[in-house]
Amino acid sequence: MTETGIGAPVRRKEDQRFVTGQGRYVDDFNRPGQAHAYFLRSPHAHAAIRSIDTGPATIMPGVIAVFTGDDLAADKIGGLICGWMIHSKDGSPMKAGPHPALAQGKVRYVGDHVAVVIAETLAQAKDAAEAIVVDYDVLPAVVETAQATKTPVQVHEVSADNTVFNWHLGNKDETEAAFARAKHVTKIDLVNNRLVPNPIEPRAAVGEYDFGTDNYTLYTTSQNPHVARLVLSAFIGVAPEHKLRVIAPDVGGGFGSKIFIYAEETVCVWAAKKVKRPVKWTSDRSEAFLSDAHGRDHVTHAEMATDENGKIIGLRVHTTANLGAYLSTFSSSVPTYLYAPLLSGQYDIPAIYCEVDGVYTNTAPVDAYRGAGRPEATFVVERLVEKTARELGQNPAEFRRKNYITQFPHATPVIMTYDTGDYAASLDKALEISDYKNFDSRKQESARRGKLRGIGFSSYIEACGIAPSQAVGSLGAGVGLWESAEVRVNPTGSVEVLTGSHSHGQGHETTFAQLVSDRLGISIDQVSIVHGDTDKVQFGMGTYGSRSGAVGMSAIAKAVDKVIAKGKKVAAHVFEASEGDIEFKDGRFGVAGTDRSMAFGEIALQAYIAHKFSGQDLEPGLKEGAFYDPTNFTFPAGVHICEVEIDPDTGVTKIERWTAVDDFGVIINPMIVEGQVHGGIAQGVGQALLEGAVYDQSGQLITASFNDYCMPRAIDLPSFQVGMTTTPCPSNPLGIKGCGEAGAIAAPPAVINAITDALGHEDIAMPATPQAVWRAAQKARMPMAAE
Amino acid sequence: MYAFEYHRPTSVKEAAGLAGKAEDIKFLAGGHTLLPTMKLRLAGPANLIDLGQIAELRGIERSGDTVTIGAMMKHAEVANSAEVKEAIPALAEMAELIGDPHVRNRGTIGGSIANNDPSADYPAACLALNATIITNQRKIAADDFFQGIFTTALEEGEIITQVSFKVPSQAAYTKFRNPASRYALVGVFVAKHASGVRVAVTGAGSSGVFRVTDMERALSGNFAAEALEGVTVAESEMNSDIHADAAYRAHLVGVMARRAVQAAVARG
Amino acid sequence: MTTVSLTVNGQSVTADVDPRTLLVQFLRDNLRLTGTHVGCDTSQCGACVVHLNGQAVKSCTTLAVQANASVITTIEGISQGGELHPMQAAFREHHGLQCGYCTPGMIMSAIDIVNRKGNTLDEQTIRAELEGNLCRCTGYHNIVKAVAAGAQGMAQTPLQQAAE
Repeated sequence: MTETGIGAPVRRKEDQRFVTGQGRYVDDFNRPGQAHAYFLRSPHAHAAIRSIDTGPATIMPGVIAVFTGDDLAADKIGGLICGWMIHSKDGSPMKAGPHPALAQGKVRYVGDHVAVVIAETLAQAKDAAEAIVVDYDVLPAVVETAQATKTPVQVHEVSADNTVFNWHLGNKDETEAAFARAKHVTKIDLVNNRLVPNPIEPRAAVGEYDFGTDNYTLYTTSQNPHVARLVLSAFIGVAPEHKLRVIAPDVGGGFGSKIFIYAEETVCVWAAKKVKRPVKWTSDRSEAFLSDAHGRDHVTHAEMATDENGKIIGLRVHTTANLGAYLSTFSSSVPTYLYAPLLSGQYDIPAIYCEVDGVYTNTAPVDAYRGAGRPEATFVVERLVEKTARELGQNPAEFRRKNYITQFPHATPVIMTYDTGDYAASLDKALEISDYKNFDSRKQESARRGKLRGIGFSSYIEACGIAPSQAVGSLGAGVGLWESAEVRVNPTGSVEVLTGSHSHGQGHETTFAQLVSDRLGISIDQVSIVHGDTDKVQFGMGTYGSRSGAVGMSAIAKAVDKVIAKGKKVAAHVFEASEGDIEFKDGRFGVAGTDRSMAFGEIALQAYIAHKFSGQDLEPGLKEGAFYDPTNFTFPAGVHICEVEIDPDTGVTKIERWTAVDDFGVIINPMIVEGQVHGGIAQGVGQALLEGAVYDQSGQLITASFNDYCMPRAIDLPSFQVGMTTTPCPSNPLGIKGCGEAGAIAAPPAVINAITDALGHEDIAMPATPQAVWRAAQKARMPMAAE
Repeated sequence: MYAFEYHRPTSVKEAAGLAGKAEDIKFLAGGHTLLPTMKLRLAGPANLIDLGQIAELRGIERSGDTVTIGAMMKHAEVANSAEVKEAIPALAEMAELIGDPHVRNRGTIGGSIANNDPSADYPAACLALNATIITNQRKIAADDFFQGIFTTALEEGEIITQVSFKVPSQAAYTKFRNPASRYALVGVFVAKHASGVRVAVTGAGSSGVFRVTDMERALSGNFAAEALEGVTVAESEMNSDIHADAAYRAHLVGVMARRAVQAAVARG
Repeated sequence: MTTVSLTVNGQSVTADVDPRTLLVQFLRDNLRLTGTHVGCDTSQCGACVVHLNGQAVKSCTTLAVQANASVITTIEGISQGGELHPMQAAFREHHGLQCGYCTPGMIMSAIDIVNRKGNTLDEQTIRAELEGNLCRCTGYHNIVKAVAAGAQGMAQTPLQQAAE
């Protein structure tokens, strides 16, 4: 391993600009003549719009235009789409209601887009928005997930009982048979709390139209600018694909929420042509709370069957998934194919059956948020496994070990075929790092101080490296999930790598350069990574689902291999040797068995000057592209152990220790990978202890700012002990599994298992706030009175 | 933010004069409640009178058994004041618990008291430390000043100039933060004076800051945490929200009060 | 319009502004110093932290007119002659940032912590002092390490501290 090669903790190339304030985020772009957009949003969760009078607004100072849904419709601008078709058990397609970018006749959640004001300044646009008169016929709202199908309130005409789909996966008959012969059945009811993603950079968009060239440009906070362009052109119809340039520059965190194509960027592009001015919109945090797609929001009943030997023999799960008021871009896939296929966890479970009811409510749309479906699945499995071990009187670590899958490949009853792993190795390492053997003495020490100490495990698995196109296509995806790369070698030997992946914190400019530098034997400074601009980069699928390493870098590796192959042809001409005798090693092309060789950069120059070969049999230049379509998902897995101490007087839970041992396959940059683990754990701890979106019965979002939605702060978290085990991924050329979501997937059940261990009972929901834990601690103290 | 006219007087007299002439005024102190409220368009004064350039609103002075703090002194200045730390360490510690470091560098004692947010810290200190609120017109005892959430004895255009605290023999403040906002979910300031013990609670009460006379009575006989055993506040008078219902708040008042007494006793 | 005159990163600036202009808007829109960011509208996230007369403040909760006659330092003003400030260097060295959006506010807050609390900072102090800064990417683990290291680094380069 070289200092900058694969496996080295290379300091990030992008940091120079970020630490000096030179990052360029969407809101940092100001276009000449730019006007500002402000969206009038619905104050009601559910209302029919009788009329909208924009007249008083249009005469306000600085106002350029005011548009409503009728204006979009008049221009034949289509609605926002959901790109994954789910079929119900009975074979019927999911019931997708219309999703206009600006409301047409009805609003369906607080924050829904009613009208847009374009003005010279943002303050003027806000002033004018207050002058728009909307006559609402306020309707009753349905808010609660569990109540969605049991109410006369109807969110969309297409679904009488608010059901989007009744979907299932697994083998029902085998599962029922397993339960019939079970020695023990453990039951659990769980709520996976609704979360607000809250990347610190709010969403933003600048739309621009050039009347001379008929070209549109959109600067947008996107994790996948090409997908945004495809959807905006092919489905929404704002601009032809080849006339629309989408730029996603530095993006300040995404966590899923910037995958989707929203109303605001749609309107900014369209309105730029209408008002003949660039149009800018920047979300403030209050808007983000209302209208960024939320995450999670499941209500689940699950049961686990074990036999007389304490082996898990069956799992059945029923989940109601709240999809909000509209189907966001990938929303339907999250509680279905990103969820149920993970219900086998790390365990050899012969029979699994899962039913999922997707429902509409009068709340913000729900879509992928870090982990997307897999945290929800892991929460079900790991809470059930822990509870089962407790009910059987078994050590939770050893109960897991007994049920681990040990033979690979392993086909689960829920689609997935796990390729490789060594779960016991991660468990052993985690037990060691966490000093598990001395936990009891720590617990006694806490008890002496009047505190309750508990320990919780989470033995998670995720399917990422999303995803084999053929597989996802057969499951309803509207797109393929390959990735593209282009490696452009310049005559001086420096290299630009154009990737369809997008970096919004992941450090691709460094890790991708490490790969290329390592493979080509050139300095990492000679490699630059180009991403986030559809005019520069070939079509790509973007960054989510821990796919940029396993899929995005595999595409780069494939393109690099082609560059080397071409370089060998050039070298063969230069050395007047046979191509088969050319070797590429340590950055030099040479003739085998001789001392004749040239550096990579010298051959690059030869490729461009083309003096040594005829352009007829070998094309000049050195530039290769590749599309890589994975053959399987990847399966990162690991064991996290959380140790908490609870103050029963106040209910405050303090995380005393966190151990994470993960198997991510081959690691390009351990510093960056550990950073991903830390951030994921923090979001998972946030879900378990702090965060939860709360709507009141009328559909008003109570947790609509950081004053009420509790974000994890430094003081809420410990330092983390992070360890690694490695089984290389066999399905991609680099052996990478992916690391971006692991922490968020692993953490919530580890926290809740630790708290329930400390309390001595299972009755605590997420987020386990001080109030909730205090109340649960009261119950633990007075079991007779409470039962 | 709605548009407003901005005024930057350099004396209290000038400020009061502006307030007398102009319509729909707000005084701007540290701005850490007012400006966020204006940004969200929940407040829109036509005239904003910035008190930031008025030298006579600054300063900290100890005289006998009182510590007098200028209304525009920032939380960080109070927290770091040698005079305050020496005379009433509990007050300096309380100031250090307000908001975050950036808020403490801007927020002021006068602003906090004039606003009387039901979860602000200073009102509890004022009640427990038997403070006198000094304005450009009069002196108001803290017991008479706080009149319910966001409501005070201040008249339109009246400006707090100083706050004068009685130095206690023992005191401490304990705060249980709202996990999200970091304001006081429950804050209890306990102070032992020659005239008796005062216990003031912020964050918890449905009518804002209040004194707990049962606790004061119990502690006047025996200034020890044990004296509070069995002394409770009525749930019916507690605030309730998604972070803490009335029962939990009432319980926390007891816990925080005991811990405050322990801290005060430990300090000696 | 109200006239404001102030010093920003060592440069004198005078401008007529609408009084409702926030300091952060003045820095970003008037001076094009876009390193100072806005991440919330309730004065909590700390992405907008700058130094006002040497103290860390939230520039989203300060009017530009309130900063009249004051000295402002932003993230763009702390490195000298192409050399990173020790706190900037520590954030890079310890991977104390991912998306970079909270980073300017984090660094300005961290320097302020060192100015107030000294060069030897324990983990608990750093975590408590970061109360006014939110990061969604890092889980704070490496930020805490970076602040501790940056504090040490600031002790070794006294010139850097004097620069403010």
